[in-house]
Amino acid sequence: MLKVTNLKVNYGKIEAIKDVSFEVPDGKIVTLIGANGAGKTTTLRAISGLERAAGGSIVFEGKDITNLEAHKIVPLGISHVPEGRKIFPTLTVKENLELAGWTIKDKTEVNRRIDQVCEIFPRIKERLSQLGGTLSGGEQQMLAVGRALVTGGKLLLLDEPSMGLAPVLVDEIFDRIAAINKQGTTVLLVEQNAMEALEIADFAYILEVGYTTISGEAKAIEHDQRVREAYLGV
Amino acid sequence: MGSIFSLQQILNGLQLGSIYALIALGYTLVYGIVRLINFAHGDFFMIGAYAAYGSFYMFNALVAGRSGTLAFLVLLAAMIGGASIAYLTNKFAYKPLRYKPKLSSLITAIGVSMFIEYFFSALPAIGPSYRSFPDILVRKEIRLGNAVISNLVIIDLAVAAILMVGLTLLVRKTTLGKAMRAVSQDKDAARLMGIDIEKVISFTFMVGGAFAGAAGLLAGMTYPRIFPYMGILPGLKAFIAAVLGGIGNIPGAMLGAYIMGIAETFASAYNSLIGEGIAFAILILVLLIRPRGLLAEKIADKI
Repeated sequence: MLKVTNLKVNYGKIEAIKDVSFEVPDGKIVTLIGANGAGKTTTLRAISGLERAAGGSIVFEGKDITNLEAHKIVPLGISHVPEGRKIFPTLTVKENLELAGWTIKDKTEVNRRIDQVCEIFPRIKERLSQLGGTLSGGEQQMLAVGRALVTGGKLLLLDEPSMGLAPVLVDEIFDRIAAINKQGTTVLLVEQNAMEALEIADFAYILEVGYTTISGEAKAIEHDQRVREAYLGV
Repeated sequence: MGSIFSLQQILNGLQLGSIYALIALGYTLVYGIVRLINFAHGDFFMIGAYAAYGSFYMFNALVAGRSGTLAFLVLLAAMIGGASIAYLTNKFAYKPLRYKPKLSSLITAIGVSMFIEYFFSALPAIGPSYRSFPDILVRKEIRLGNAVISNLVIIDLAVAAILMVGLTLLVRKTTLGKAMRAVSQDKDAARLMGIDIEKVISFTFMVGGAFAGAAGLLAGMTYPRIFPYMGILPGLKAFIAAVLGGIGNIPGAMLGAYIMGIAETFASAYNSLIGEGIAFAILILVLLIRPRGLLAEKIADKI
């Protein structure tokens, strides 16, 4: 479904990503694991068009989307839950969700999807008329995922969905991600919480300072000695 | 003549404040969405006044007599004039610099302002000299106690009020307004919603330009003399009004503008030189006492 080949991204003169290649097969959960600064977030940002690629290619469902503008990538079916959630703080929760349906012409469909999000996250339903900025961290994360569900991509990019959440909530968020995947959405998950990510993922890639180094089935990666020492702390 | 604080002076102050408010909103809208002080904004006001002037003579040849319809057409022309110059300025001057250091845009803004002023002075059809602005409507006056209320006061206040209510509804209630607020809060997140942020920015510039254009017409009617540099001082004062209210904040710009209009009118009634200077005294006071402006903390929404 998604194929990234020899991706290169620069921030000014700094090479944030030097050579990243991986594939996300249809219907699966793939996770990118790596330390801070390995280039995980930048990789996702390049896929959704927020960063320009200096080299390499990004192909989504057979279409080359390298350096396409973000607002043209969204309607193709990629939705991105960004690092830090990026909720609009002075828009209400409802308005946040409505804007996520910006590219959908049929507004009754948008409302149907908002109802669906409310079913998946009952907490969001209780907060619909509140301002986004007043939500707790966990609720903001749910809203961020909810927005991506309203946008309704075939591929969901998730950047650190567990960041800053209490352990109970982390489990809950990962359960929801697995459930969303079961309903047919392909997931590309970036996580520092490698253990949790490997639990639900089908395939995993290790990112180190701008390169993809180790890759394989999530179960195998979980038992790879190098990975266990570096990322799982065992 | 009555006291400095007479009803007459209050009305004059509100009238001036209405014009400042329409200009100040453009500063605040554009700042809210791209964090740029658009120093060419006063010139959009000037373009509006000339668009009104030109269209009046054009329509007057077609429609006999002065009527409300004619005045409405002239208002439309002024707003379209302001919106067009704002669109072009954003497209050719600011958009190419969007992701460059802020200082580049700021210097460009000053350059654009001077370009518009000198270019229009150089155009044979416009020229550098003053022109007297025609009476678009027949002037009427009523007396209320010691005060004389002209129909212009009512028109200035009404046009400003209608446009401000319209803007508030646009920003608060419409999907496009929500997109404007989203872009002002977080551009990356807005792009991930599939919003073409450049279109939203361009639209915001055009709304600001249209409002400045409307102010140009009102100023022409109220103080009937126009010239290519007429935007400099009102532009500067409206900018101060926006800072006074809290730059980026819509109700703040309106409040700041009316405070400025009334303060300037009162001060002018005392001494006309002080009147010209009061705006800058206010600026210094705001920067010293409350640099983020009057409404900056109460309402965090930056558009």
